[in-house]
Amino acid sequence: MRNCWWGSLHQTGSRKTTGNRWTLEVLSHNFGPASRRALLDEDLRAALDRAEAGFVHTRKSETEKLLNFEAFREFGEQIKDHVLQHLDHYLLEFEKNVVKNGGHVHWANNGEEANQQILGICKRANARKIAKGKSMVSEEAATNRSLEARGYEVVETDLGEYIIQLAKESPSHIIAPALHKSKQNVIDLFHAHHAKLGYGEKVMERTGIVSQARQVLRDHFCSADVGITGSNFLVAETGSAVIVTNEGNGDLSSSLPRVHIVVASMEKVIPDLESLGGFLRLLGRSATGQVMTVYTSVFNGPKRARDLDGPEEFHVILLDNGRSGILGSAYQDILRCIRCGACMNHCPVYTSIGGHAYGWVYPGPMGSVLTPLLVGRDKAADLPYACSLNGRCETVCPVKIPLPSLLRKHRAELTESNHISRQSKFWMWMWYQLAVSPRLYQKVANFLGQVLYWGKKCMPRDKRGRFGWMPLAGPWVASRDLPAPSRKTFQKQWKDANLKTRP
Amino acid sequence: MATAPGQHVGLYITCLADLFRPEIGFATVKLLEQCGCSVSVPLQSCCGQPAYNSGDRAKASQLAKEVIRTLEPFDSLVVPSGSCAAMIRHHYPSLLEDEKEWSARARAVGDRTFELSEFLVDEMGLETIPQSRTGLNTRRVTYHDSCSGLREMGIREQPRRLLSQCAGIRLEEMHNAEICCGFGGTFCVKYPEISTRMVDNKISGIEDTQAEIVLGGDLGCLMNIAGRLKRHGKSPRVYHYAELLVGEPSPNGIAENDG
Repeated sequence: MRNCWWGSLHQTGSRKTTGNRWTLEVLSHNFGPASRRALLDEDLRAALDRAEAGFVHTRKSETEKLLNFEAFREFGEQIKDHVLQHLDHYLLEFEKNVVKNGGHVHWANNGEEANQQILGICKRANARKIAKGKSMVSEEAATNRSLEARGYEVVETDLGEYIIQLAKESPSHIIAPALHKSKQNVIDLFHAHHAKLGYGEKVMERTGIVSQARQVLRDHFCSADVGITGSNFLVAETGSAVIVTNEGNGDLSSSLPRVHIVVASMEKVIPDLESLGGFLRLLGRSATGQVMTVYTSVFNGPKRARDLDGPEEFHVILLDNGRSGILGSAYQDILRCIRCGACMNHCPVYTSIGGHAYGWVYPGPMGSVLTPLLVGRDKAADLPYACSLNGRCETVCPVKIPLPSLLRKHRAELTESNHISRQSKFWMWMWYQLAVSPRLYQKVANFLGQVLYWGKKCMPRDKRGRFGWMPLAGPWVASRDLPAPSRKTFQKQWKDANLKTRP
Repeated sequence: MATAPGQHVGLYITCLADLFRPEIGFATVKLLEQCGCSVSVPLQSCCGQPAYNSGDRAKASQLAKEVIRTLEPFDSLVVPSGSCAAMIRHHYPSLLEDEKEWSARARAVGDRTFELSEFLVDEMGLETIPQSRTGLNTRRVTYHDSCSGLREMGIREQPRRLLSQCAGIRLEEMHNAEICCGFGGTFCVKYPEISTRMVDNKISGIEDTQAEIVLGGDLGCLMNIAGRLKRHGKSPRVYHYAELLVGEPSPNGIAENDG
């Protein structure tokens, strides 16, 4: 294991489990120290800068080319809201159509139930090896751990996921899981893990990395018994599970093994293929700035009599894992999320610290809203504050989720439930006493202004406009000078001047 | 439709400008008087944004009611800050939505509340800046869009339009003008290290423009940017844009020697 920043970050994003429950351990309470460690990592900074520049630029140019992109955003918002209002109807319709197509639907309340259902299917299929496409809900459930503990071999087939599986880490971005890894990191990882497979030579170039991954993964595709994928959209009208990828690994994971299992959270359902067209326009552009991803795969059930290939069994696991608690609440808007990652790509906090510091599956703005709802606000109380409320995320969200308002709601509930430090409470109280009484505030401000004015006289002339040190202002003055307050407030000066000139 | 001149405008100075930069208040008054408004400054403190954004809705509601009472007598309210103007216009009504009488009063005040450049350009139709600097070397300036002003109030073109009418100023846009400077109210002291990274990114954008002057419309952001610039002994001076619209500004930018 390399002794670098991700060695230490490993604690903040590892696939550990808590107790007997197969769920990813929540380390969001550690946000402060984890974010400070992340800021010190120069490799991470370079990776984040590259990614930010790429994602933001390409999204901008592609969304501008689609002249009515705003209309698509409104469409996305409305369709998702409609589905959430009638979720029972669409889920049952989806189930009915999956069954009609010859597939099976399994309902899971939580990650543990989902894992049990997956284990059951694998056992019945006498499986040994499982090829896995990218799935964030399986990260929630720590599905890989659950399968590996029962002796199954699990191979992640999305290149990014494969890289972090080799590194024994968790994704740091919802669509670019290995975003934090440099090219050199990947070269070293491949060398360490592929030498035993007969790839003795170190690959040095990007194309070499990709082609080696392709060769290694191809063997796994051909020998896997079960394929597990996520799903970007579940189409109720046709009982289809849709995934978008750029590598085609989803197709191979689903059609070569004997059994295909789709794991999806229940809010992924959409009404019909027509609305799918709209969502695909939104998703590719918002995520990677692509008009369409390279592959858009629509899975409609197991192999039929005249089909040449495809799985013999098709299962969909519909995972709740806390979503039904969000439904109908003040946070329902977050269930519109289509997991494009645009909010994090445009978040100046995320692009400063990366995803691992957030301490669970979903980072960035949507993660800071969703994580406290899914794991409990007490376990992720720092996340709603890890935001400057600059609002850039909301302007790029393809389904118009009011992320800053939802973060403010969390803050209000954290305050009401007393999750605030004594120190913060004290300062808020002090500030309030002054703010609520403008006369007292003016007296105190002018008194302090006068005191500091004489204090400044002791300083060199060129430094009198600011303080490099100030008691009680530690977090500010640690890295910034504090502009000196005026000797008299504006209100005092205004009053004095008006007494003279406008009696 | 442009508001009639001669109206009685209440200046909501904002607590930061009141305490740290009275020049902004005097520049604002001058600009408003040039448009024919009569200006009053009612006794005031803070709009309550720190409590609101921290989640303390009870304290924020109390302060909102105080501010609404103070501002109700005026024809229009002008605020030289996008974030405080957004607090009054957009967040007071939602904060008080459960109290019927107060939410109506909040909306009534909110509808008459404007950010300074928005008021000058959109309401007063100000086309020329009478006291443009002349006879001096052209100054290279850059403008930072404060997030609340930009995204909640739609302030983007107005300050640029006013600045474009000032002689002796050349606006060089920075590539990250619309990205948060890391201030974020209590965010900058809750997560100072992240905030510092963000302001460093902002400063690198500023330096790319080689501007001598950094302008913005929100003193919180400007104090953050100036404080970081001065910590590293960097030369760009930082001002609220209003200070440049009323002629040659004080030689001391924000966080510089004032005697």
